[in-house]
Amino acid sequence: MTGIEKGPGPDAVFAAKLAEGTFEIQKCGGCGTHVFHPRVICPACGGADLGWVAPTGRGTVYARTVVRRKPERGGDYNVVLVDLEEGVRMMSRIDGIEHDRIVTGLKVTASVGEGAEGKPAVVFEPEGGAQ
Amino acid sequence: MSLRGKAAIVGTALAGCGEAHGKGAMEITIEAVHGALADAGIALGEVDAIATCQPLDMLSGLTLAQELGLSPKFTMNNRMGGSSFLSHTLWAAMLLELRLADTVLICYGSNQRTASGKLMTALGLPTYEAPYRPLFPLSSYALAADRHMTQFGTTREQLADVAVAARAWAQKNPEAFLRDPLTREDVIASRLVSDPLRVRDCCLVTDGGGAIVMRRSEAAKDHPRPPVYLLGGGEGTTHRDISEMADLTETGAVQSGQTAMEMAGVKPADIDVVQLYDAFTINVILFLEDLGFCKKGEGGAFVANGGIAPGGHLPVNTNGGGLSCVHPGMYGIFTLIEAVRQLRGDAGDRQIDSAELALAHGNGGVLSSQVTNILGTDATL
Ligand SMILES: [Zn+2]
Repeated sequence: MTGIEKGPGPDAVFAAKLAEGTFEIQKCGGCGTHVFHPRVICPACGGADLGWVAPTGRGTVYARTVVRRKPERGGDYNVVLVDLEEGVRMMSRIDGIEHDRIVTGLKVTASVGEGAEGKPAVVFEPEGGAQ
Repeated sequence: MSLRGKAAIVGTALAGCGEAHGKGAMEITIEAVHGALADAGIALGEVDAIATCQPLDMLSGLTLAQELGLSPKFTMNNRMGGSSFLSHTLWAAMLLELRLADTVLICYGSNQRTASGKLMTALGLPTYEAPYRPLFPLSSYALAADRHMTQFGTTREQLADVAVAARAWAQKNPEAFLRDPLTREDVIASRLVSDPLRVRDCCLVTDGGGAIVMRRSEAAKDHPRPPVYLLGGGEGTTHRDISEMADLTETGAVQSGQTAMEMAGVKPADIDVVQLYDAFTINVILFLEDLGFCKKGEGGAFVANGGIAPGGHLPVNTNGGGLSCVHPGMYGIFTLIEAVRQLRGDAGDRQIDSAELALAHGNGGVLSSQVTNILGTDATL
């Protein structure tokens, strides 16, 4: 891609990839910056030459919270911000670890799992697998 | 050309604070307008520019014009969340200075407590956050609090002390919604909602409205009450969604505060009384740091042990704030109204002696929009 093209916008492209089980982020052909969430132009340089690349999937927890809910209403769940190796940040959830053991700096790995209402979403688990 | 001291607040009023049974949001707003015009000694027909922002009415500026029976020259409906009203004052000062308008009305009202009992908003979760079900807006602030605690060692007790200080001020304000005693232990024992934030870290859900009338300073003394001058203002917008905030420990208040203080020609140490939008306890710590009242990372120590309570080293949120006085969804206008009361000497038992300079600060979205106003008495012009 070398500019703004016809066809679906970046949100729709990202969602279609995710529905096929693929997690990709954008990379600017002009300045090399990785971009997430998907955008029309690069927030670093303003260029429209944004292509899709597969991230390593490795990241680090930047901040975490646990939403407290009664067991009969589904119980507690965690919400985190993860910094990917490519330098972008995203909201997500960490599976395979007790909520209270999730701390800033925890190394995590991405996969395509389920978000709200069973829709595909990028989720993480601790590096090396569930603990 | 500077806007410093060019415009003044000549009338204010509150309406329907707490519970306003049977009243609609715009009805509460209009009650506040009626009060503010009376306070200013101004006839409704003299208003030639209006500003509002209401959570559920996307065209609230138009509704306001209609309900007032006005055809204003300017209708400002800019929506940045709870900070909007502190931006409206800056636009008002520009219109007045350019003589595009002579009398500007800024107002707000909500019936969220009696209508729903919770925050009423037209906003949905952002696309890239919705899959993870963060509580809106609470979990966003919880993430900021978590990061601040991790990065700077800010403690659970220090967060609690923000709420305790707010309650201590509220106990001096007969109009405050919650006035029973609140201890650090009470806050820490309150229900955990989204770590680390607990119920008592969160602002109230009340009804309430407020209105402000502004005029050019040259005409400001023609009104019954002492004018309060707008000495400086600034804005900072850094993101919309918390996942897009570059550094969760530093807000746009750095920019808004510097801009406002530069315009006013003042520094933090000059300010006598501070009104900050305290949607959650962490907000106060972040804004005190970002506005320069203490260094980054030292906000927890600054607020601890009564630092911002009555008798502390800086009076913050003297009405009791959004945590204990009033919080009808968007709190920004209430920071301005309490600042005006302090500068007029109208604040009763909570009056700060010889208050001449006040800072009012609004927050919108999830730490997304920050707007600072510096206000002063005649002596500061
Ligand atoms: Zn670029």
